[in-house]
Amino acid sequence: MMRQLLTLFVILPVLLLWQNSLAEGCPADNNTVRGTGDLGIVIERASGSVQIIETSHNTSLGRVEGLGDLSHASAVYSRDERYAYVFGRDGGLSKIDILNKKLVKRILQSGNSIGGAISQDGRLVAVSNYTPGGVKIFDADSLELVANIPATYGNHLQRSKVIGLVDAPGRKFVFSLWDAGEIWVADLSSPGNPTITKFKDIGKNPYDGLITPDGRYYIAGLFGEDGMALLDLWHLDAGVKRILDHYGKGEQKLPVFKMPHLEGWAIAGNLAFVPAVGRHEVLVIDMLDWSEAGRIKVHGQPVFVMARPDGRHVWVNFAVPDNDTLQVIDSQSLQIIKTLTPGKGVLHMEFEPRGEQVWASVRDEDRLAVFDTETFEQLNTLEAQKPSGIFFTSRAHRTGL
Amino acid sequence: MIKMLFIASVLISQTAAAEISSTRQDELLYFLKQDCGSCHGLTLKGGLGPALLPETLAGKPRDYLVTTIMEGRKDTAMPPWKSMLTREEAAWLTQQLQTGIIQQTAFAKGKAK
Ligand code: HEC
Repeated sequence: MMRQLLTLFVILPVLLLWQNSLAEGCPADNNTVRGTGDLGIVIERASGSVQIIETSHNTSLGRVEGLGDLSHASAVYSRDERYAYVFGRDGGLSKIDILNKKLVKRILQSGNSIGGAISQDGRLVAVSNYTPGGVKIFDADSLELVANIPATYGNHLQRSKVIGLVDAPGRKFVFSLWDAGEIWVADLSSPGNPTITKFKDIGKNPYDGLITPDGRYYIAGLFGEDGMALLDLWHLDAGVKRILDHYGKGEQKLPVFKMPHLEGWAIAGNLAFVPAVGRHEVLVIDMLDWSEAGRIKVHGQPVFVMARPDGRHVWVNFAVPDNDTLQVIDSQSLQIIKTLTPGKGVLHMEFEPRGEQVWASVRDEDRLAVFDTETFEQLNTLEAQKPSGIFFTSRAHRTGL
Repeated sequence: MIKMLFIASVLISQTAAAEISSTRQDELLYFLKQDCGSCHGLTLKGGLGPALLPETLAGKPRDYLVTTIMEGRKDTAMPPWKSMLTREEAAWLTQQLQTGIIQQTAFAKGKAK
């Protein structure tokens, strides 16, 4: 007996040592430690899944399923770039661990939602809802409800659809009321008790909003009339100012088959680029005085107008029936320098963090196309099921994205 | 006589569909889901535009809805689709929407082409 125990004492440590060395030498184990700075997700709108991709070698790493109706879905990232919060059309808010490719938690927070934002400090996730219209704010860790802001207006019985929700410095969220024509600034310094500043009569049917990268200016695009509504968050008392309000005077508007989006802020120098509504044009704004600096005729109704991170080029996609095309504008000459036709249903594009490549989702061909942004060569194509939004983790550290 | 009536009624109920090939029907359902869905929701439960479900469309005259699709509604976000759809195609889509048949067919599967 004694002898047997002794052998065990001798053998066991040896066994353990052997195992350790095996683990260290094992290449599979090395791969389990990785950063997330080159990761991203692609919304697969019809199948209720997201695909996790990496941009160092342009490959797919896997898929997370069971996210519900993802038409018009968008996503934001936790500041550690490990978790993605996905906002679904059906009111679902899903928290995904992109490293482990796992759905951490999913709640149904409303009947019908449109988008979301994460606070400057990463602690709060806000969702904007169509029905019932308003904004709900959740704890980013637990997804517990922290505050509920119903978008009531008029006689206080009506509730407006909420769009254009962004985060702003100082634990604030800014958003617009489609039906009411208002912009609200919600200050969540004390999360359970938000302070709301309302700006009324900002224009008819704001359809989306964005904030400048420094977090100073919030701009809502108007569907119901010409122009955009500008709010200087450093000087709330100055109120909302209308800009570009005469760009379409006297012209017949063309039908808008898909609402344009204002996502990110396409800036080059002091020029900003935005989609015109009901016109096949991209509008150029001089940010020094917010005046119109030009109009660029493009192939169709622009949907996304996005600047390459260095601002040298601006990429544009279009509403149906022109959604097989991408155009590239030179931000200095304001000329179109390239027209690409990646395939039917180009819904979204996303630049890699430093802009050398751009990813586009080609919905009707069930694939993603990756382009070199200098040569415009198509570099890769990856299979995806009805892809729409593409979101890279580099958004985690940018205000308003 | 009864037989003739039966044949006639079958003929009438099929006329809308008869003019639209089954390939085109699949295209229309795909279009409805993806492109109308950008405002009305992929499951047609509503978004910027109202829900287009049999219960929400019940009692609304088909012609009125077909005209809405073809001409759009002024001062709202509903655009006119006549540059992309014929009136017969809009009528067929409206019929699908009102009877809810789309829930069980190619539409539900999200089939392309
Ligand atoms: C850009 C957004 C948008 C798109 C795309 C869109 N619709 Fe609409 N639609 C609306 C809005 C908004 C209304 C409500 C108009 C109103 O206020 O009366 C509406 C109303 C309707 C109605 C009337 C519903 C009712 O209860 O009276 C029908 C039918 C309809 N749409 C069908 C379609 C079809 C079919 C398509 C695709 C071919 C489509 N829509 C695409 C925005 C859109």
